[in-house]
Amino acid sequence: MLRFAGLVMPSSKPFYLRVAGIGKRFGDTVALKDVSLSVNQGELVCFLGPSGCGKTTLLRVIAGLEPQDAGRIERGGRDISFLPAARRDFGIVFQSYALFPNLTVADNVSYGLSRRRLGRAGIAAKVEELLEMVGLSGIGERYPAQLSGGQQQRVALARALAPAPGLLLLDEPLSALDARVRGRLRQQIKALQRRLGVTTIMVTHDQEEALTLADRIAVMNHGMIEQVGTPLEIYRRPVSRFVADFVGVMNVLDATATGGMVHIGTRALRLLDDIAPTGPVHLCIRPEDVVVRGVGAATANAVPVRIETLEFTGPFFRAILRLDGGEAPLVADLSINDVSDLALAAGQAVTVALPPDRLRLYPREA
Amino acid sequence: MSAVAAAPARRSLDRDAWIARVAIAALAIALIVTVALPLYAMLSRGLESKSGAFVGFANYVAYFTTPGVGRAVVNSLVIALASTVVTVSVAFAFAYGLTRSHMPCKGVLKAVALAPLLAPSLLPGIALVYLFGKQGILKSLMFGQDIYGPIGILLGEVFYCFPAAILILSTALSLSDQRLHDAAVSLGASRWRIFRTVTLPGARYGLISACFVVFTLAITDFGVPKVIGGWYDVLAIDVYKQVVGQQDFQKGAVVSALLLLPAALAFTADFFVRRRQVALLSARSVAFRPRPERVRDGLLFIFCAAVALAILTVLLTAAGASFVKFWPYNLDLWLGHYDFNNKDGGGWRAYYNSVEMALWTATCGTAVVFLGAYLSEKSNLFAAGRATIRFLAMIPMAVPGLVLGLAYIFFFNDPANPLNVLYRTMAILVISTIVHFYTVAHLTAVTALKQMDPEFEAAGASLGVPWYTTFRRVTVPVAMPAVLDISIYLFVSAMTTVSAVVFLYAPSTALASIAVLNMDDAGDIAPAAAMAMMIVYTSGAVRLLHWLATRGLARRSQAWRGR
Repeated sequence: MLRFAGLVMPSSKPFYLRVAGIGKRFGDTVALKDVSLSVNQGELVCFLGPSGCGKTTLLRVIAGLEPQDAGRIERGGRDISFLPAARRDFGIVFQSYALFPNLTVADNVSYGLSRRRLGRAGIAAKVEELLEMVGLSGIGERYPAQLSGGQQQRVALARALAPAPGLLLLDEPLSALDARVRGRLRQQIKALQRRLGVTTIMVTHDQEEALTLADRIAVMNHGMIEQVGTPLEIYRRPVSRFVADFVGVMNVLDATATGGMVHIGTRALRLLDDIAPTGPVHLCIRPEDVVVRGVGAATANAVPVRIETLEFTGPFFRAILRLDGGEAPLVADLSINDVSDLALAAGQAVTVALPPDRLRLYPREA
Repeated sequence: MSAVAAAPARRSLDRDAWIARVAIAALAIALIVTVALPLYAMLSRGLESKSGAFVGFANYVAYFTTPGVGRAVVNSLVIALASTVVTVSVAFAFAYGLTRSHMPCKGVLKAVALAPLLAPSLLPGIALVYLFGKQGILKSLMFGQDIYGPIGILLGEVFYCFPAAILILSTALSLSDQRLHDAAVSLGASRWRIFRTVTLPGARYGLISACFVVFTLAITDFGVPKVIGGWYDVLAIDVYKQVVGQQDFQKGAVVSALLLLPAALAFTADFFVRRRQVALLSARSVAFRPRPERVRDGLLFIFCAAVALAILTVLLTAAGASFVKFWPYNLDLWLGHYDFNNKDGGGWRAYYNSVEMALWTATCGTAVVFLGAYLSEKSNLFAAGRATIRFLAMIPMAVPGLVLGLAYIFFFNDPANPLNVLYRTMAILVISTIVHFYTVAHLTAVTALKQMDPEFEAAGASLGVPWYTTFRRVTVPVAMPAVLDISIYLFVSAMTTVSAVVFLYAPSTALASIAVLNMDDAGDIAPAAAMAMMIVYTSGAVRLLHWLATRGLARRSQAWRGR
């Protein structure tokens, strides 16, 4: 963990924003419990979690739209815990976009710009520049109701960026759009964020969105941050059963661990190191990490299985495997080449390997 | 990208929060002074002797042991119950025709059904006298019964309460899911069974609500029994007699407290009933579209046309009587009845006072009500102040006009009260009228505000724009139809009201509705009818203007309101 010194900021990657010990309750429900997080200058951080996990509440607390019950928020080392939203210098794109329906696109975008400072011509030029930036030049005179959902989303983005905020907050910005528009806009947002270098926090429940967009992801559950890390870290080395299960597809098998080994049914599998927990555990492995090609008797953790079903999904085959003596089925994603080269079919018995460096163990209540 | 926000702008934003807090506090205090304190003054006066000593319930005991009092209570209940049964049954059939049939002329019929809103409640009394009184043209229909008394009051109250019932029931009946009807039809249910199992349950809460509203209106109305009540005593008249006739304020306070009881009960019950009415229509519902059906549509049209004809007869009788020399003996056209300056009651001055009062009420009232609703719904500052506004805004609905007027006498006529400079001024008439009609206006504003995206304020704030700028540039324009509705409601109510202001006017601030009352009292019935019709013409003209303005607004904002 990086050391955070009150006044002296590490010059290479300074923290832009730091929240510490944030707590928030709504009546009897705990929305946030002791949440701490730092966001670097220019970084895009995603809050990822199921609905009701507190991610939107955390965003609203950071924005100053919801007062926190406990904890501290700092921007550039300055305490802004009790600063009203209007003074935080944060641009927000709301889930509903909250575009003002009675104002034209141009008036919406220029809403936060000071006429006194920029003048009429300055505003018009700035609006055109912003609209061009989000790929919407020439629609300034239209009203929000006359735009498609994707266009509205980009107008909302232009409006939030207009006053050149220090931090951009996006609350499920793509959730109201259909899949194809979503994919395209995701790339646009990412490119724009890179170009402007604006520090950004985005809330999403869509793991694919988080994995493709974020520099770092904060996975949240039950009002707490379970893990913070790069998308690869989150995917490859989830620190808890929840993160493992929530991000990506994961096989979860009941097993028992003893020093360096894990027992599933009558079978013992080797582990990479012996710091893993012992006793009852969940043994986890991603479907694409199950190896079927080139498995021999000498291969580590070779396991004989029977292919129960083999389902073609397009890019790969999804196989349901049954371990000898294991009760739970094992899902494996097999490449089309593997399936055709090895002539795999449902009902067949094969030997697969579960590589030690791909196995994850999490404590299980017996 | 950062480091743009300049220091002076920041200071002004702190100021903005304080402006909101001060506005909330000012409104909360204004409502405490104009709603809570007068009611407290009235209720506490009922527990005092004439010299001001606390006597507990002695005044109540004295009142109930007065001979004849029990009769007024019973009479009031009988009239209110009978009015409720008749009004709600007729209004239900009428609203059913408007919303569930394919009958012709729906627009005209609905306009006629709502026309009684334009008239003071004294008007039906006067018209009924012309129709069924001693020289009435339809006297033979009374079969020897006297129109002065319960029959007259009942007819007048039905006329007066009809629009309120129509508004509630046609809303309730139009909220219906086509899919339920389709399901019932496809399961082979008979028409009567569909009515019983789909239509009635769907309108259940509307029916209950309409019953409470009509009961409250009828038991607290004072205009109809004043004109046509004759010897038949009711509580509302009793208050007026005790205070204006005998100057017995303690007894007036006692009767007021009694009048407060049914209204408050009805209001509380209605509040809980409404709370149980959760989303009958979900977002997925399909709006009900009636299919043509000749027999049903024909019968409903005949019924609705007959009701509309009855309403028009009442209005046209008053209009006709005001334009002829001596109804019904000399039917020569004559404008002499409109020469109000030669009669007691305030003359044309009273009419101009009414228009002035209605204009003040509509402008100031709309501004206060809408700002109050906005701050109480959308601000997140000063929670106690906002809760006070929300609570006190609901109270006036439960307070009959007579009771409010009396409460204002007790509070503002107190020499110890620094606000007694307001007593007998135009200002107190405006204030009492705004308060009297506050709840409906407030609820209209709240409904409109709730339909808006809750993030507008947050979006404005995150862009560093003060709340009052977003209020002016976004909230008010988007809510403009509701703002117009509130102002027209307040204007027409101010033109027609008589109950609260009858205790509060001074000779120089007499109002048109009060002139109707006083001229009728003095036996100048034709001029009273003429003045009542002046109110109808004015409210009608303003309604027309409102309709045109709303249409123009709809056309201009079509670009952005369209989906």
